[in-house]
Amino acid sequence: MIYDLAIVGAGPAGMAAGIEAAALGLSVTVLDEQPAPGGQVFRAVEAASGDAALAGEFRDAGGALAAAFRAVRGIAYRPQTTLWHLDPEAGLLSVVSGGATAEIQARRILLATGAQERPVPIAGWTLPGVMSAGAAQILLKTAGAVPDGSVVIAGQGPLCWLLAVQLLRAGVERLTLLETGSGGAFRDALRAGGLWTGRKLLAKGLALMRETRARGLRVVRNVRDLRAEGDGRIRTVRWRQGSRDHALACDTLLLHEGVIPSTHITRALGLDHDWDARQLCWRPRLDRWGATSHANVAVAGDGGGIGGWEAAAAGGRLAAIDAAHRLGRFDAAVRETRAADASKARHAALALRPFLDRLYRPGPGVLAPTDDTIVCRCEEITAGQIRDAARLGAAGPNQVKAYLRAGMGPCQGRMCGTVVAGLIAETRGTSMESVGALRPRAPFKPMTVGELANQRPDAIPELTA
Amino acid sequence: MFRRRPEARPATQDRLVEVFVAGRPLRVPEGASAAAAVLLSGAPAIRTTPVGGAPRLPYCMIGICFDCLAEIDGVANRQSCLVPVAPGMRIEPQIGARVARADDTAPEAA
Repeated sequence: MIYDLAIVGAGPAGMAAGIEAAALGLSVTVLDEQPAPGGQVFRAVEAASGDAALAGEFRDAGGALAAAFRAVRGIAYRPQTTLWHLDPEAGLLSVVSGGATAEIQARRILLATGAQERPVPIAGWTLPGVMSAGAAQILLKTAGAVPDGSVVIAGQGPLCWLLAVQLLRAGVERLTLLETGSGGAFRDALRAGGLWTGRKLLAKGLALMRETRARGLRVVRNVRDLRAEGDGRIRTVRWRQGSRDHALACDTLLLHEGVIPSTHITRALGLDHDWDARQLCWRPRLDRWGATSHANVAVAGDGGGIGGWEAAAAGGRLAAIDAAHRLGRFDAAVRETRAADASKARHAALALRPFLDRLYRPGPGVLAPTDDTIVCRCEEITAGQIRDAARLGAAGPNQVKAYLRAGMGPCQGRMCGTVVAGLIAETRGTSMESVGALRPRAPFKPMTVGELANQRPDAIPELTA
Repeated sequence: MFRRRPEARPATQDRLVEVFVAGRPLRVPEGASAAAAVLLSGAPAIRTTPVGGAPRLPYCMIGICFDCLAEIDGVANRQSCLVPVAPGMRIEPQIGARVARADDTAPEAA
């Protein structure tokens, strides 16, 4: 069959889009890499609902959204299914699941593939025991697990505070937050406004900070020059504060400098993107319905620009309404009427974003690590090697890949791509736009020859409520 | 190293599955990934890098970084953070570059 709408990703945007599209009478399939709906923000929300450490928005709002998604009749939901190739012209999605491959056809495609944490290349970040903050949160959500010993969260952004609260509630006793960023950011952020319209989100953040204080979190501010050290695994984290050097014994270091849109697939498709100079990331160019530069493809949620789960869910609904309009279900005037609620919800959810973007503006260091820092984790290429290649004439990340293999490893540049481009721009004194981005290619994820040969649509799991 | 919190997860929601990490049996919560099993096992590394032989453990847990590549039930280069545990699953560290073997076979389709 040919679906009206194929949605890639079952996070807030994908779930909300599926619910809305089904209500509008579209035939819908939702593919997702994970075994259960929720995306990363509501990962394993159904299984983890009894865990008091995760009480709050995760359990309440996330649980309700996942339940609403499960309850919709007629959505062909395909968990544990990975998209490895997409032909937008033909509306053909090539997927792999459980050792078999299949093709799914759809008139319109909505990419709701979400965000990834910004890679934080510091000296020693490849040592075992160093992870992203989000990784620790995933372990808590999916396995109820917490790190042992001396635990350090280092970086900035709302997730640092949320994770700190959750780990403290979960019984982590030796926890330190090393906050990067500068003291001047707060005054700059206040000028962005939006505090009144975004007061609900602001109150939530302040409540988190209060709870960390009540639970005795040790917070160190204005941290810079972070380094992880150890032989075979992390033993010590070092940093500078003012003019002084500090060190702390550390068993698990959790890095976080915010989240960025996951643009792997949108870039592989060759869609138009813009460089976001404030958030130091690429984002696909979208209209207010989430439509991309390709007539058959839309993007909803954090994959189109970071806005959080409420904005993502509203964006998913808008993209579904637009899909129904484009498929001839109703005219543009009806589209406007139907979109009123979702537009309002998105506007409210994004109100605090300019404030947060300024408060937690990533430092320039995230794109300019020291020469001895490994940037490409797969091929173990340092910032110094990349600067050398740029001096030799490599004008973009695709050329650096040919010079050094940076971006050629299994992650396909998901971790190093933007940093490589930043180092080239810095060394050659040019802009990120002129340096450009890596051009990923299919397969988007590694697969075996056996899987490729095993074309069995019937073997792809499909749950229809 | 990570530890479970059985007290925080009622038994009905925290059923345990036995897997083998580098040959050693370990019980981990149902729904956890193979990468989570490795972190709960306390293993010093899930792989060593093909270039420098450096030890690695999972970094991102969401399928982005590929530092959790492991050999799972005989298939190398699996992103272990995307593979939910199953009873009897064998998770082996991947040492250095992957070598093609004559007996390499795709997993049987169910």
